[in-house]
Amino acid sequence: MTSLLWLIPVALILGAGALAGFVWALKSGQFDDPAGDAERILGEDDGPDLG
Amino acid sequence: MSAATATTPRLSPFVTRGSDHCEIDLVIEGARCGGCLAKIENGLSALPGVTTARMNLSTSRLHLEWAGSGETEAARADDFAQVLHDMGFGAGPYAPDAADQARESESKALLLAMAVAGFGLMNIMLLSAGVWAGGESMSALTRSFLHWLSAAIALPIALFSGRPFFRSAWAALSKRQTNMDVPITLAILLACGLSLWETWHSEAHTYFDAALMLIFLLLIGRFLDARLRARTSMAAQQLAALQVRSAARIKADGSVETIPSEDIAPGDRLLIPSGEALPCDAKILQPGARIDAAVVTGETALIRPDIGETIYSGSLNRGQAITVEALRAAGDSLLSDITRLVEAGAQAEARHVRLADRAARAYVPIVHTLALATLLGWLLVGAEPRTAILNAIAVLIITCPCALGLAVPAVQVVAVGRLFSRGILIRSGDALERLAAIRHIVFDKTGTLTQGQAVPDVSHLTPKDRSLIGALATRSAHPISQALAGLAGPHTIEVVEEIPGQGLRGRIDGSPIAIGQAGFVGGAHERDEAGVWAKIGDAAPVFIPLTDPIRPEAPSAIATLHDMGLTTSLLSGDADAVAQSVARDLGIEDAKGRVTPEDKLADITAREASGTPVLMVGDGINDAPALAHAHASASLAGASEISRAAADIILRGDTLAGLPFAIRVARAAKSRVIENFAFAAGYNMLAVPLAVFGHVTPLIAAAAMSGSSLIVTLNALRMRRVGDYEGPDHPGRHYDPQTINPVGQGALA
Repeated sequence: MTSLLWLIPVALILGAGALAGFVWALKSGQFDDPAGDAERILGEDDGPDLG
Repeated sequence: MSAATATTPRLSPFVTRGSDHCEIDLVIEGARCGGCLAKIENGLSALPGVTTARMNLSTSRLHLEWAGSGETEAARADDFAQVLHDMGFGAGPYAPDAADQARESESKALLLAMAVAGFGLMNIMLLSAGVWAGGESMSALTRSFLHWLSAAIALPIALFSGRPFFRSAWAALSKRQTNMDVPITLAILLACGLSLWETWHSEAHTYFDAALMLIFLLLIGRFLDARLRARTSMAAQQLAALQVRSAARIKADGSVETIPSEDIAPGDRLLIPSGEALPCDAKILQPGARIDAAVVTGETALIRPDIGETIYSGSLNRGQAITVEALRAAGDSLLSDITRLVEAGAQAEARHVRLADRAARAYVPIVHTLALATLLGWLLVGAEPRTAILNAIAVLIITCPCALGLAVPAVQVVAVGRLFSRGILIRSGDALERLAAIRHIVFDKTGTLTQGQAVPDVSHLTPKDRSLIGALATRSAHPISQALAGLAGPHTIEVVEEIPGQGLRGRIDGSPIAIGQAGFVGGAHERDEAGVWAKIGDAAPVFIPLTDPIRPEAPSAIATLHDMGLTTSLLSGDADAVAQSVARDLGIEDAKGRVTPEDKLADITAREASGTPVLMVGDGINDAPALAHAHASASLAGASEISRAAADIILRGDTLAGLPFAIRVARAAKSRVIENFAFAAGYNMLAVPLAVFGHVTPLIAAAAMSGSSLIVTLNALRMRRVGDYEGPDHPGRHYDPQTINPVGQGALA
């Protein structure tokens, strides 16, 4: 039973971490051009770093 | 819309000038892959002064920044467009409007709501699984603890992620209407409220997981729908951006300046080069003009307007360069009654009730009556109020249209994606529904079934004459010469003189030869039809009419449509005999010529009044009212702007071949949607009795909800394969230029 007391917070923190990561990715524009990013990663040279 | 005649738009008005740099957003046509992306970005970055060239492949937009902020620097935007053009990409200015930005932020908000709901759902499922597995052996205290924990997670998340549904339901209710979001909102709120009550009283069953699953699954449907709308509007916008044209304005001192056609003011004097279209309604200022008004009236014979006569925008100048006076600004120039008819038609289309809404109208009253009956029934048989309320709420939760919310968007996203990949743009999801219902197709002739381009008809010349004329024509870049050059035989050309706007003269194998206008070749007289004269040696000059041949893909496309059980007819503004002959060649049952835009409209209205939904396919300005009023409408990419604006579907490759495919996909989409509704209804028929009699546990609710959503989504994915089989082929019925007379020849000669 006592295991619940730390397992549940751990699960919540891990989940919240993943959610925070997703929100950060969304806000920083990483979902703006999924088609372009899929192609860019295959390119030989790194284009200009523009964020 | 041939690339050769398109003039590069002037982009400087769209450039944003900062303190030390300029920037512009361009819509790029033709960039499809990573190779294009690298080519565009690297090519433009290499230009002097360019600091940023970033292409977004998903939206086909290019963001460009370059150093300097003066007038000359801003004008470099046109050079960049030229560089892109030379690489093989079209470029037009991107002018974001408020609706676009709203759509983009809505889509992001939905994604965020979905992610939050997903996070909450996962965690609550973890807790719920414990409660379900623990069953009787779990102590009431532990269970209560898990329920309180669930409540703490679920309530704030449901309130945050459920907002799109709450807002929409509230909007409907405040207008005294219902929509699908009313039962959804009710189910979410009741599930949360009931669960909180049960938690408070330490009871065994809570529905927090069901509430969040409902929100999560429905948000997927909402998000798909938002993405679909963004995608269709983006495609339409891309076409519009590439349409920006320029005009040549004659200044007071006689010099000519190039301006964007939106800047034309009434009273401006414009120079219309040979072969260009009038950018606005205008008055003719000089004699001898020869105008092709086919796009406005559908008539292929040329008109010769007098000085002062009004020519409508879109008409082509087929003679020499002429000076005209603008009567209206380009935006106001489309025939006012046509615009009015189109607007009326758009309202008629808005009356189409989407399948999902029709389902909702039938569904909502039934479900709410059922829940009420459950409540009263349990009270009547003497149950405790708590049991009665519990069961009534269980009915509402289990009947919540989760699968229904996914049923339509999932199918439409797959169907529209399929059409996009074949170059067919569709304006909206409900256009797909309307297309599926059509039984009859009305075609326009000029530019739709025919190529809408002047092609010289030399069938009456001897092979020797053809090869001589062809040989001379190889020396000129003029479009008509280019079309004739294919006939060239092995001859030695001695002298060649080309006078722009007049003709081409030379000596072949020792004898003089000339092609061009009547006055240029000598001994010929002007004729009222489009064509050129040719004079070989001392023989009398011969006339080579310019005809408008049937599109090569039209016969097989129409045969396929007939095989699909559709009937066809042709309505043309051109001469009756021409319309009849084209219809005969294509196997169209019914044809009428000399039809005005009002007649076309009346024909379609009459057919629809008698219960036959009509698809109108047209490209001219004269087709626009019919396109707007018909149950569904299609236009080719090369069509006039107003036609494309009125049409539901745009066939991008400027070919009719996509039409049968589009109808097939639309029909398949409709049957998938109906199948999905049947699944959802069937699932309700199984689950509702359980709920009414009080046998639904949270575990059953969760399993049923996710199960039905999964089935609906998988069924939608079957759409991916539709159309791989193209139907019976028609080997003998493809267009053969040797056996079918070019269109219009009989009527014009």
